Amino acid sequence: MRCKDPIIVVKDLYVNFYTYAGVVKAINGVSFEICRGETYCLVGETGCGKSVTSRALTRLIKSPGRIEKGEIYFYPEPGKKIDIMKLSDEEIRKIRGYDIAYIFQDPSASLDPLYTIGYHVAETMAFHGVVQSIKEGIKKAAQVLRLAKMPDPESRVRAFPHELSGGMKQRAVIGMSLANRPKLLIADEPTTALDVTIQAQIMNFLKELKEKENLTLLLITHNMGLVAEMCDTVAVMYAGEIVEEAPVEELFKNPLHPYTRGLMRAVPKHVGKNVTLESIPGTVPNLIFPPPGCRFHPRCPYRFDPCDKKRPPLIEIEKNHKVACWLYAKEGGKR
Amino acid sequence: MNSKELINYMKSTFGEPMVEVVDLKKYFPVKGVFRTIGYVRAVDGVSFIVPKGKTLGLVGESGCGKTTTGRLILRLIEPTSGHVYFDGKDIFKLKGKKLLEFRRKAQMVFQDPYMSLDPRMTVFDIIMEPIRAHKIKVEDPQKFVVNLLYEVGLNETHLYRYPHEFSGGQRQRIAVARVLALEPEFIVLDEPTSALDVSVQAQILNMLKDLQAKRGLTYLFISHDLGVVRYMSDYIAVMYLGKIVEMGPAEEVFEKPLHPYTKMLFASMPVPDPFEAKKKPKVEVIGEPPSPINPPPGCRFHPRCQYAMDICRKKEPPLVMAEKGHFVACWLYAKK
Ligand SMILES: Nc1ncnc2c1ncn2[C@@H]1O[C@H](COP(=O)(O)OP(=O)(O)OP(=O)(O)O)[C@@H](O)[C@H]1O
Ligand SMILES: Nc1ncnc2c1ncn2[C@@H]1O[C@H](COP(=O)(O)OP(=O)(O)OP(=O)(O)O)[C@@H](O)[C@H]1O
Ligand SMILES: [Mg+2]
Ligand SMILES: [Mg+2]
Repeated sequence: MRCKDPIIVVKDLYVNFYTYAGVVKAINGVSFEICRGETYCLVGETGCGKSVTSRALTRLIKSPGRIEKGEIYFYPEPGKKIDIMKLSDEEIRKIRGYDIAYIFQDPSASLDPLYTIGYHVAETMAFHGVVQSIKEGIKKAAQVLRLAKMPDPESRVRAFPHELSGGMKQRAVIGMSLANRPKLLIADEPTTALDVTIQAQIMNFLKELKEKENLTLLLITHNMGLVAEMCDTVAVMYAGEIVEEAPVEELFKNPLHPYTRGLMRAVPKHVGKNVTLESIPGTVPNLIFPPPGCRFHPRCPYRFDPCDKKRPPLIEIEKNHKVACWLYAKEGGKR
Repeated sequence: MNSKELINYMKSTFGEPMVEVVDLKKYFPVKGVFRTIGYVRAVDGVSFIVPKGKTLGLVGESGCGKTTTGRLILRLIEPTSGHVYFDGKDIFKLKGKKLLEFRRKAQMVFQDPYMSLDPRMTVFDIIMEPIRAHKIKVEDPQKFVVNLLYEVGLNETHLYRYPHEFSGGQRQRIAVARVLALEPEFIVLDEPTSALDVSVQAQILNMLKDLQAKRGLTYLFISHDLGVVRYMSDYIAVMYLGKIVEMGPAEEVFEKPLHPYTKMLFASMPVPDPFEAKKKPKVEVIGEPPSPINPPPGCRFHPRCQYAMDICRKKEPPLVMAEKGHFVACWLYAKK
């Protein structure tokens, strides 16, 4: 166990999508835990399964997708264990948006153009019984928006989504997700659609909020810069699997998995014209017919015997530093 | 400094220009119910040069006018006013054969490799299309296309496949091959990698650099990813709300940004290194970019600037040379 006091524990999660083209094996045996109060990052490239993993935490997977297998435990307080997979749909809805809240990449998708920002905030609060009526909720909305650093919150309560800029919309959505004081906030690429200066504002604000509210943050991103600035622990995903997990400084100092190493070297940072970036050859595999063995092996410069035959287990190499790669595991080792 | 002098300074420090842009403006009308109620000042009087065989990186936030500038330089749209000289010739005066020749020499690669390729055409036809449109004769089309495919890291097995059979990175390679078919001298690369994953992005950037070295190409590289721009560019121009606020050699601008906006932009960029990130001072980012329909009077950045003085609210700062080859439009550096 990595965490003394975990807030979420996921064991051996499998998610498939049943499409016309075939079964997409999107999440393939993912296990991890998030400690209370930390910022845990999921990084990886398009389609590697970051969003699906985070949505599975509250069983927010819609048809044609299905959680095939796996255990998910949520601890709203230390020692209080909730088996997410055993809850009824009604019970899970009570947790989603209350104890566990989401912010998605595109704020417009979370906002109904026909309703004011105040109404949106009020509605989430009313649904979870935090306020008794929408009317009461609208009164409290300005306070919630102020928490999300919305400029001029009193008048923004009456604004409609289209009257706000992208950055302000995202603040409204963050306000909505914070309205019920969640314990776990899942932010899925919350700033990808925004400008860097606005991104910096929102990230600073999330940091402040974490300090003030003892919030746990699951941050999903493909931006290594954000990983470095925001995270305590990082899990690197590749083609539906976690291939490496480590504390952020350890991961940057000592990346072990060939994919993580490639990823680190492919990010342009402070390099001018006369340096050459390294790139990872090939492309991300198709998850209907994923490569056998290690899913990274077709692109891996270090592949050897077992790699195309057997899947490497995720094992701890150093304290809290886990990697799934045959370079570090003994073949035939325990899975 | 008027724009003529400015351009002359740039020529003397950056080198001979492939493209010369003078006082370029593009206003888009905003239509009300009955009449035009205002203008989006997408590009509002910019002057700069793109030196031959070099890369000028154009950076700035969403809506600041980067794409519009790129489209103007290729005469894909007509300007409201101003001039663009390509190899010394005013492109907005070109006609007939001369215009066609310009259209061959100056090309654009777009951000989205999914949109820019016709899904019903094979790779072979996609690459041959501009050749046919320009009525250029090639001896052996198949060999011609295969050679281009090799140049962008693809091969003959890809010839008769359709775009949907390729990944994003491969599609961007096809788009580049198509542009290369016309043997251009100048290419506007508008966010060519922002739809791609980092591991694939590096492949494309390296390919673009190799092609530049091999063919002596001149690039205008548009992006809002500063890491990518730094990796690609010899010179940088920073835009804010339709204006160039700073320009200079890439290393110099990155190491020693002068304009308060450039500083804010650079400080906002997350550094991919947790050790440096901890040391980095916290940025105070004030406000959001205002609308280009009613830009603030005086310096457009003043409502977000922590150094704003009286003059900044009243008078627009001119672009001046603060140091040799390093230009900035800010009253902190200009004579009042
Ligand atoms: N509704 C769906 N139908 C079919 N396949 C799906 C569906 N949703 C997700 N997938 C597949 O599941 C895999 C994981 O997708 P996911 O959205 O989690 O990726 P991601 O890591 O969040 O990527 P991105 O960075 O692009 O957001 C992908 O291969 C995707 O194609
Ligand atoms: N055809 C058009 N009609 C009206 N307004 C336009 C048109 N094209 C661009 N604009 C406006 O001009 C401004 C500059 O747009 P432009 O696309 O050049 O910005 P950009 O810097 O490329 O932004 P991004 O980084 O989002 O691509 C924006 O406010 C945009 O809305
Ligand atoms: Mg996603
Ligand atoms: Mg653009």
